[in-house]
Amino acid sequence: MKKIINDPANVVPEMVAGMVRSYPQFINKISDAEAVVRADQKSMTGKVGLVSGGGSGHEPTHAGFVGKGMLSAAVCGQVFTSPTPDQIYAAIKSVDQGQGVFLIIKNYSGDIMNFDMAKDLAEMDNIKVRSIVVDDDIAVENSTFTQGRRGVAGTIFMHKILGVAAQQGASLDEIAALAEKVLPNIKTIAVALSAATNPETGKPGFVLKDDEIEFGVGIHSEPGYRREKIRPAKDLVEELVNKLDSELHLNSSKKYAVLVNGMGATPLMEQYIFSNDLLNKLNQFKIKPAFMKIGNYMTSLDMAGISLTMFELADESWLDALKYPVETIAW
Amino acid sequence: MTLTVDTLTEWINNFTTKIATNQQLLSDLDTPIGDGDHGFNMNRGMQAVSQKLTAKPASVTAALKTIAMTLISTVGGASGPLYGTAFLEMAKKSSSTNDLGELLDAALAGIEKRGGAQPGDKTMVDVWTVLVPAVKAGKLTKEKITAAVSATKEMVAKKGRASYLGERSKGHIDPGSQSSGYLFEAMIETKGLL
Repeated sequence: MKKIINDPANVVPEMVAGMVRSYPQFINKISDAEAVVRADQKSMTGKVGLVSGGGSGHEPTHAGFVGKGMLSAAVCGQVFTSPTPDQIYAAIKSVDQGQGVFLIIKNYSGDIMNFDMAKDLAEMDNIKVRSIVVDDDIAVENSTFTQGRRGVAGTIFMHKILGVAAQQGASLDEIAALAEKVLPNIKTIAVALSAATNPETGKPGFVLKDDEIEFGVGIHSEPGYRREKIRPAKDLVEELVNKLDSELHLNSSKKYAVLVNGMGATPLMEQYIFSNDLLNKLNQFKIKPAFMKIGNYMTSLDMAGISLTMFELADESWLDALKYPVETIAW
Repeated sequence: MTLTVDTLTEWINNFTTKIATNQQLLSDLDTPIGDGDHGFNMNRGMQAVSQKLTAKPASVTAALKTIAMTLISTVGGASGPLYGTAFLEMAKKSSSTNDLGELLDAALAGIEKRGGAQPGDKTMVDVWTVLVPAVKAGKLTKEKITAAVSATKEMVAKKGRASYLGERSKGHIDPGSQSSGYLFEAMIETKGLL
């Protein structure tokens, strides 16, 4: 293992310190917790607080999306490990303005239990809490850490849409209803060329041969649905788009937002080549994405690979929300 | 069967001792069907709890809440929220009763709600479901505890990380059931509790 770290046990606190000290215009650290809160507290006054979080190792998710117009706070667990309820609760308390707090959770057993427990703690203190569990990954029904489908890169779109709603003063009930409405329209699928190496274990989550790829891997190196020999980018696009089509039933009469997401060790050159082939492929469906983002948004440490998210914009206002200006590290 | 600050403290300290003694065994149980850290995680949590209880809590409710908060902030994984919820539900219930049986009922309901497991899923619920009624009937024995823990050995896991092994989870005692067994054994060893 070769990494730019000091002590593997300290990677999370040192990373969080680096983030808040480098970007004080966007985020502050919450005391006694590995969590960050929006620096511009004024922009949250009297509004619903929006909290996301999970294990670390997916940077810039989640802290990179904290700021005006997006998340109010983010909790950073140990690498690939859910944050504990007391940490989540500290974040909830720090953003509660009396209007309630909304949690964005990805579908992993550990996250669900710990966030639920934090919700209980907050309710004991009379803070109203609602939540959504994102499960956008269509690769497998159950994985090493989940019952049902995993929550992956599509969560970024959830952050963006709900962030704008919260910023514009939507109530807790309105945000909860919006989240439920948005969720079934976001679908993601990934392909990996190599696994992530967790600094605490020092070993890759799985080993692929030099000429092997795996379709459908998760963001913690969970197994996917098929291994095969590496093929040209346009063949990978073909596989991933066909999978998404079987879920979303792609249709030229509808509008879509697209996220091409690097998994951490994928050069942008490769991401753009993939995007170019993707646009050709979508052209066959007579689809031109209404909104596109390409880059590293929901990574898996040093995994090489790409995930593709398509978000059907069933409501015209969602496109406006995606374009709404925000002040964060990473959007 | 009324819980007092003294009997609660003694019960928990007895549990801490058992976990410390058996931490390697618990982690070994967790290796074939989980991620191999149950004993170490529980030991880290219980050491912290016992440390906290050296300052005598003001009330049973305060003590239970301290135990819950300490567990959820130190254990991690799934065991932290599960054991944390058990004690947090007891803390909530203790505002209206200090009867151990009723408190354990609330704890079990909390564990079931948090983990979503049913009896037969090869989780700590299997042990609690059998032993809480035994406590209430005044019939908790070491033999009953051993039998309840051993019964998880031949079950197929339906919840938690072991569930991904399906049939291969058979033949292993569930680690969370074993640590729960120690919690009930610690009750028997606490004078004036049952």
